[in-house]
Amino acid sequence: MATTDTRTPGPAGPGAGSELATLLRQVDPRRRRTDLLMRVVITAAFALAMIPLVSVAWTVVSHGVERFDAYFLTHSMRGVFGGVDAGGIYHAIIGTVEITALAALISVPIGLLTAIYLVEYGRGTLARAVTFFVDVMTGIPSIVAGLFAYALFAVILGPGVRMGVVGSVALSVLMIPVVVRSSEEMLRLVPNELREAALALGVPRWLVVVKVVLRTAVAGIVTGVMIAIARIIGETAPLLITVGVADSINFNLFEGRMMTLPVYVYRQFQQGLIPCSAQDTACIATVTYDRAWAAALTLILVVMLLNLVARLVTRLFAPKTTV
Amino acid sequence: MTATTSPAPPGTEPGGLPDAERRTPRRRPRAQRVVERGASRVFRWTATGAGALILIVLAAVAVFLVLKAMPAMTASSDELVDGVSFMRGSSSLLDYVGPLVFGTVLAALLALLLAVPVSIAIALFISHYAPRRLAAGLGYVVDLLAAVPSVVFGLWGAIVLAPAVQPLWAWLGENLGWVPLFGGTVSPTGRVIATVAVVLAVMILPIITAVSREVFLQTPRLHEEAALALGATRWEMIRMTVLPFGRSGVVSAAMLGLGRALGETMAVLMIISQGFLYSFLLLAAGQQQTIAANIAAQFPEASDLGMSVLIATGLALFVITLVVNMSARAIVARRKDFSGAN
Repeated sequence: MATTDTRTPGPAGPGAGSELATLLRQVDPRRRRTDLLMRVVITAAFALAMIPLVSVAWTVVSHGVERFDAYFLTHSMRGVFGGVDAGGIYHAIIGTVEITALAALISVPIGLLTAIYLVEYGRGTLARAVTFFVDVMTGIPSIVAGLFAYALFAVILGPGVRMGVVGSVALSVLMIPVVVRSSEEMLRLVPNELREAALALGVPRWLVVVKVVLRTAVAGIVTGVMIAIARIIGETAPLLITVGVADSINFNLFEGRMMTLPVYVYRQFQQGLIPCSAQDTACIATVTYDRAWAAALTLILVVMLLNLVARLVTRLFAPKTTV
Repeated sequence: MTATTSPAPPGTEPGGLPDAERRTPRRRPRAQRVVERGASRVFRWTATGAGALILIVLAAVAVFLVLKAMPAMTASSDELVDGVSFMRGSSSLLDYVGPLVFGTVLAALLALLLAVPVSIAIALFISHYAPRRLAAGLGYVVDLLAAVPSVVFGLWGAIVLAPAVQPLWAWLGENLGWVPLFGGTVSPTGRVIATVAVVLAVMILPIITAVSREVFLQTPRLHEEAALALGATRWEMIRMTVLPFGRSGVVSAAMLGLGRALGETMAVLMIISQGFLYSFLLLAAGQQQTIAANIAAQFPEASDLGMSVLIATGLALFVITLVVNMSARAIVARRKDFSGAN
């Protein structure tokens, strides 16, 4: 907020004003010093927060770019061992894309319908309860969502189940509240006159919602969904305990373990430095860390791309109204 | 509506209006609802069903966690200690959960302690110090921190930050070792709870900043201008108008951040060298562990009973975060009436 200069009280005449101003400046240097000190402290705090951001961005890019190439993106870890200069993230990309897509497929209809309920129909206790518990649901720790999905499938299919669909369910628990929140906000922005005009023409209620309300808010909803996807695509803990880890390509969400990008990063980090013997020149001691950084770079690029496209969608497809 | 349907006030004639006329306003909305049939009614019930599903899912989370935690909660201590490999050091389930809860709360509170002052300052910088044209862009830059996946923060914390801050921890241990918090042998790797707290603080910074910033921006302009007109400097104006106005917002923002920090898994898992002690030594290795990180560490190789134990600890985490988040929401709701520009 650009407030006016704090020290000059708006002089009436040039002579008297400047005298008053100098008087004010001289009388209380302590207050002025405090003011200056706080300005420095607050600006420094902002600079302080930029350090981790810049450091993370720099290290991920500088370490990750080394192995980030077409080979890395198109090969799996099958048969890769020790410090061999090979291995990639193809299997992890497949897993991430499939699991996230299924999670979105579950979350978007539920989330969108809930938002429609809250905006178009919601009155009374149920609506208030839903609003409150959607807020509460945003605070569920991701690992608890993973435990829930595991417990759910363990009760149905027996213990030790590890497959892609379990991870999708876990991610949906995290994604639904985000979709509800953002869609609800967008639906509330739709002017009431549009609904009333359509209803006055005799259009049935459901058609009003689908053809008028959703049509008007579609850009905002798409943006919200993409940001929700960007938020869950980096989730590691729930996938680690529900989907597990794998070295080979697995296209089937309903059978067997799969690899995902964030879990791949963790897995490579966890394996640590490779003990290479001195004669073995083909062995790279830091190959696991290099792969972890490159996969982290991929992950960050995907997240940033999703955010960027989401912003573009809002800008390009927002309804051109003057309301 | 209420005037016509409520019983007639004592002064007037009770039978003044014919019954049918008096009821018509009450009937009309009902008649409108009947018109909604066919696809519209299906649509309404589908939407309502989706809303109810949210409540069902949340209830299911609790139910299934309890269901799978039951074996661990009903098993005898001997069964647990013999059957679960990672419980060897503890004598009962409570004995196992206790230090984990302690570690979780300690790490989250430390992170909060670091993050709140910085977040308030950043929010003030964006709302009251930065040039108006830059403010939105700067807010977006802070939000970028929230877009970084936690596993990347973990990687960064373990490989870059831990070695970088180790000299600082060593210096603290050398010069301030008499403070109980900094006592013990300072870890040579820097993989300690103090480093974890720094990373967690960075991770919860964006949410605390975003909420505080929104609240600060809502300060009534007239309050600010009144303070300035009385000759207050910018800082005095902030102290007298912006901070009192935004206090409840900052409190709830901090609690939302606390909820995040409590449940964070990967950063803790990848950085900390775990231990299961009630220990306040922030700079020594092998002292604390958090619930979330412990689950992620033990789950892949746990036996059936072991998983049950871990789910029981997860249930504890769920309850803790639920309480924190619900009280944060309650504070916002309670203070809402008083925080307006009245």
